[in-house]
Amino acid sequence: MKRKNIEEGIFKILSAVASYSIIAILAFILLIVFVKGFGALNLDMITKTPKGGFYYGGEGGVLNAIVGSIYIGLGSTVIAIIIGAPAALYINVHLIRFKKAQNVVRYFLDALWGIPPIVYGAFGFTLMLYLGMNASLIAGIITVSLLILPIMVRSFDEVLCTIPKGLHEASLALGSTKTEMAYKVMFKQGFSGFITAVLLSFARGIGDAAAVMFTAGYTDLIPVTFDEPAATLPLAVFFQLSSPIPEVRERAYASAAILTIMILVISLVARFVSHRYSKSNIN
Amino acid sequence: MYLRRRIIDRLSGTWMVISLVTILLLPLIIGVGLYIKAAPVFEQHTLTELITSSNWAPTKGKFGFWPFIAGSLYVTVLAFIFSAPVCLLAAIHLTQYASKKLVRIIHPVIDILAGLPSVIYGVWGILIIVPFISGYLAPLFGQNTTGYSILAGGIVLAIMCIPYMLNMLMEVFKTVPMGTREASLSLGATYWESIKHVVIRHSRPGIVSAFGLSLAKAFGETIAVMMVVGNRVLSSLNPFDPGYPLPALIANNYGEMLSIPMYDAALMFAALLLLVIILVINLFFRYLIHKTQKA
Repeated sequence: MKRKNIEEGIFKILSAVASYSIIAILAFILLIVFVKGFGALNLDMITKTPKGGFYYGGEGGVLNAIVGSIYIGLGSTVIAIIIGAPAALYINVHLIRFKKAQNVVRYFLDALWGIPPIVYGAFGFTLMLYLGMNASLIAGIITVSLLILPIMVRSFDEVLCTIPKGLHEASLALGSTKTEMAYKVMFKQGFSGFITAVLLSFARGIGDAAAVMFTAGYTDLIPVTFDEPAATLPLAVFFQLSSPIPEVRERAYASAAILTIMILVISLVARFVSHRYSKSNIN
Repeated sequence: MYLRRRIIDRLSGTWMVISLVTILLLPLIIGVGLYIKAAPVFEQHTLTELITSSNWAPTKGKFGFWPFIAGSLYVTVLAFIFSAPVCLLAAIHLTQYASKKLVRIIHPVIDILAGLPSVIYGVWGILIIVPFISGYLAPLFGQNTTGYSILAGGIVLAIMCIPYMLNMLMEVFKTVPMGTREASLSLGATYWESIKHVVIRHSRPGIVSAFGLSLAKAFGETIAVMMVVGNRVLSSLNPFDPGYPLPALIANNYGEMLSIPMYDAALMFAALLLLVIILVINLFFRYLIHKTQKA
């Protein structure tokens, strides 16, 4: 056999190993988190807030953190929709004839995506001090919404930019204003992308720890108003894991399993929904 | 009726512009906000002093960030060394050799890996990587360690980089025109030779950008690294020793920073430094991608 064929063979195997190993890594991570987590998971974990002595192995659960995370996820997603969706539509409706402007905007959005959550967290913290607020649900929501905005805009935009230009022109020719075209035609046609963007942002909002660490605080109670602090699931994992008591550490694994399940469910729903809604699109 | 439609159009159009401009100005707003908070620290120290000094004693007003910057660089470089070859090979396999079925499976796998929260990687690192290093790897090299080390941080970070880097590399390889590869094949080159000499050469700027952007991503990663890296100021270049990256420093000390004078300003400076470094890297490599995509 020639040398080059041997080389080909070696690299073919190596590269196949590399790509299968990525699937294996995901399986490994999920397996460990679930095996460890389900060992400590019980109904109390998801239905009760921490009772007295919870952090020494006492009774209770992490309902406060689950609810807190969902509140922050929902609140920040709503803000991100209100600001992000119009921005994405603007890029694809008003800027459609200005290719260069579109490119510049997308370029900056991509760069924004790279800013790490801890920087948003630090900024949220300074903003909070500036406004004289304490660590609270609303501070967490605002900080996380800044974090997920670029994700929201860019992933909605990804789908909007594939919509054929003819649809656009047809709607204008029928006498619609740009706004009507944006919301009644483009938004509907890109609905699958919108849903994906929303769910992606929501998942990010639930899972992020670095941004809420400074801003949302931590509490054993479920927040009732916006100015109360809120616990979050990633921080619940983090804090319980740093405890020296084995029972508490076990609960951290259980909380991690809960968080992973939530993220997996959101990701599955996103796939399913985006598939379903893109079926009825005009191509 | 017509007037109403016009007014709605005008209002909504204005809101769209405001939204977009706000988002685009976000890095500037964040930068200025952090700078205002960090300003007191500049009054007593110069920028070079802050970045290059190793003297870290917040209670005495000494803020030398070099050990933390070095710690960040160290874990980032390790993560890059571990993840880059795997991602490059996997991206080649997935775009050039792999069956459609495998590619269909790999996309959700990448999505889920990218979507898993940082803290989950941290938990996994504590459960698997840390004991593995202290129990097997370190004794193999005759080292004694708790496992919470630069190396653990590097490995966890490498895995977190994979979905990001792989996705970008696959995008890059997909843009190589089929024709150039076929031309090479028809001249008698093997598949691998065509990949090596045509596909990789053609996508070199893209590969460099993907690597650069992943480095930037790794540099700012906080929670997962902080959970496994040991959080002790870097003292040697031994990867089995603990380290203290910049993001971990910020996250660990936000509680006490208000009780020590200047500490909050110094930490906000650290956040500003992170922002600037990462934004510059991002802008540079994104520009490279945009430029090559046009060509």
